[in-house]
Amino acid sequence: MSLEKPQDEQSNAVVAKPTTGEELAELLGDLAIGRDDHMNAPGFVIRPTDVQETLFRLRDDAGFDHLSNVTAEEREDRYETIYHLTSYDDRTREVSVVVPTTKDDPRSQSANPVFRTADWHEREAYDLIGIEYDDHPDLRRILLPDTWQGHPLSKDFDQRRPQVVTLKEWANPLADDHRDSEGETMYINIGPHHPATHGVLHVRTVLDGEQVADVDPDIGYLHRCEEQMCQTKTYRHQIMPYPDRWDYGSAGLLNEWAYARAAEDLNDIDVPEYAQIIRTMGAELCRIASHMLAVGTFALDVYGDFTAIFMYAMRDREIIQNILEDLTGQRMMFNYFRLGGVVWDLPEPREEFFEKIRDFLDDLPGTLEEYHDLISGNEILQLRTIDTGVLPPEVAKSYGATGPVARASGIDYDLRRDDPYGYYDELDWDVITDDGCDNYSRLLCRMREVEESAKIISQCVDLLEDWPEEERTIQSNVPRTLRPEDDTEIYRAVEGAKGELGIYIRADGTDKPGRFKIRSPCFSNLQTLPEISNGEYLPDMIASLGSLDIILGEVDR
Amino acid sequence: MSSDQNQPFVTDDSKVQTKTRDARMTGTGTDNRFNSKLREAFGSSPFILTKFDNFMNWVRGSSMFMLQFGIACCSIEMMHTYSVKHDLDRFHAGVPRASPRQADVIIVPGTIVSKFAPRMKRVYDQMPEPKFVIGMGSCTISGGPFQEGYNVIKGAEEVIPVDIHVPGCPPRPEALVYGVAKLQQRIAEGESSPVTVKPYELEQFGDLEQDELIDKLAEEVDTDDLVMRYNWADSP
Repeated sequence: MSLEKPQDEQSNAVVAKPTTGEELAELLGDLAIGRDDHMNAPGFVIRPTDVQETLFRLRDDAGFDHLSNVTAEEREDRYETIYHLTSYDDRTREVSVVVPTTKDDPRSQSANPVFRTADWHEREAYDLIGIEYDDHPDLRRILLPDTWQGHPLSKDFDQRRPQVVTLKEWANPLADDHRDSEGETMYINIGPHHPATHGVLHVRTVLDGEQVADVDPDIGYLHRCEEQMCQTKTYRHQIMPYPDRWDYGSAGLLNEWAYARAAEDLNDIDVPEYAQIIRTMGAELCRIASHMLAVGTFALDVYGDFTAIFMYAMRDREIIQNILEDLTGQRMMFNYFRLGGVVWDLPEPREEFFEKIRDFLDDLPGTLEEYHDLISGNEILQLRTIDTGVLPPEVAKSYGATGPVARASGIDYDLRRDDPYGYYDELDWDVITDDGCDNYSRLLCRMREVEESAKIISQCVDLLEDWPEEERTIQSNVPRTLRPEDDTEIYRAVEGAKGELGIYIRADGTDKPGRFKIRSPCFSNLQTLPEISNGEYLPDMIASLGSLDIILGEVDR
Repeated sequence: MSSDQNQPFVTDDSKVQTKTRDARMTGTGTDNRFNSKLREAFGSSPFILTKFDNFMNWVRGSSMFMLQFGIACCSIEMMHTYSVKHDLDRFHAGVPRASPRQADVIIVPGTIVSKFAPRMKRVYDQMPEPKFVIGMGSCTISGGPFQEGYNVIKGAEEVIPVDIHVPGCPPRPEALVYGVAKLQQRIAEGESSPVTVKPYELEQFGDLEQDELIDKLAEEVDTDDLVMRYNWADSP
């Protein structure tokens, strides 16, 4: 079964919105000065001064309401910013907007007034590539320290140049220094080393009494140059270990699938059906492990409960990690997928392995019952989480929120169903949504998604058990060295544990990617934090941060 | 007191000989319930004679307060080491402390990047002495899989002194437990290095080599500020 579904044929006349290249060209008219089609979507080249007008038109007249990703790159003769647009209602409708700028003055219009998620994406582009955006509200470095010199992913960056980093206390952005008099607001640094920030996140918080007046998440404390790493490795084997380390909350296989899907579509590789089922099963096990971690640490944030719930979550994760270790040979960094399949078949004896998974699945309803007793049925937690951290659906869409965060705001968006890959469309399961929009809904959404994942795994186990022995093909025939054609570009996403995990690859004719961009769901989800916590009480801000379930390895990449 | 340095708790009990003691030591007779390894080591004397240093080392190694310090992927395995099944508490090293001022041991679990290194240095400085560092994972040894990255510090040792390195990407919980046990052993035997300040690049701004960057930043940076300078070219 091929993952590739021709995008242009998908949109039948059900929605009368312009989708194909020709229709969109007609819609854009003079705004488009050229075509630069990508493998996944039609692409239009526009002038740097027309960005907002183009995006407004695509959003309002064609329903492209999801700015999935912004990729910036430096080419031989120009800088380029690519806006990858899609729609929350129909994920298979995609369009790319390419904004070339000149070498000597890389400057284009900001997309921030159209999509608020562009704020951080463009700051990242400025930080790493060096493109400047007019009308951007706050164009400063986001991942690297303020004192950093140069733009590391631009072509003339000298990596051996010394850098100086300072540690200074940050000033209160809302008020003058009131240390001598009666202050009105108080400034607090939360993190980067803090138990409630789930890693090395730094939240600059301004408090007015007990209420949050201003929140500014400061990221980049775990910027491990993942994109640079992937650009210096070969497609066939060397890139695959890195995705495991993006979302390290045990979501390894989900991340690997993102790279596998993009690279397989780019190189036109088929994956055998049997391998797809193994992938689906492994990925859903990872999703359960990841959601368990989210639930456990959320309870830790809200109650400080290091004893019962956190330990229960860890106990269940241990079981999953054992199963995954049997399957892949590693507890966390699996490196199990290969382009065109998986690295090896299920462990022998197969019956024992299936038995182990079934035991886990049989115990799961009882386990979840325990969690519901301890967490969601608990009045204290309900008081703390219901109607706090409210994220209305329009705001979530504008920030590009995906995954459980979006689904808990009532946005019915799940790539496993909307842009099917793997074996998901053959199986019987539901997309979980909740209309609560608050911290409690996000928690519930994750717990109910665990049940759905269990359904998927159980069906996969049944399928694998009955699979005829002679048809157990785990890998298709893939050349030893992959050299996709020069200048082919693709943007592909999968439903990671935290949401839409996308990869943009531009091939440059060699066996290494010319540009490798990671669209991280946590990056967009974290952007909603100021929106959902300003005006709330400080403890609710901590709960909201926990409910967004960020993994800093994926935010910073 | 025995002169043998390797046996810190042997008391000179040759003068103390009673029937009761013999009965307890040999495990015969009616009253053998006190028989134990500890008893064998201490004898029946109510006094323990040891060097205060040895005693303190033993105490330090047997009651370690870890700093709750999560950086990257390894911190997930570190959490598993703390929780059920592996339960680091069994090895007198369990309770993670949220504040560096209450902690003895900092486990560095992950990749350190340029922006984080001064912060980690600050956290390390805030810990009271004596303090010990366990480097968890390949990233704290050399930068690990991200060694070639423009932003990645090539090992924790560039910033703070490390006592024990636990290799792996990430190390299994068992490996971390082994690393902690090794550290305890070294502390108890008095082998652990005294706290030293490593030659990380931590200087006042005016002492730094002059270059283009320094000139540009000289006016902006306060001389009292903690400044860290990365010489990528000299990194291992």
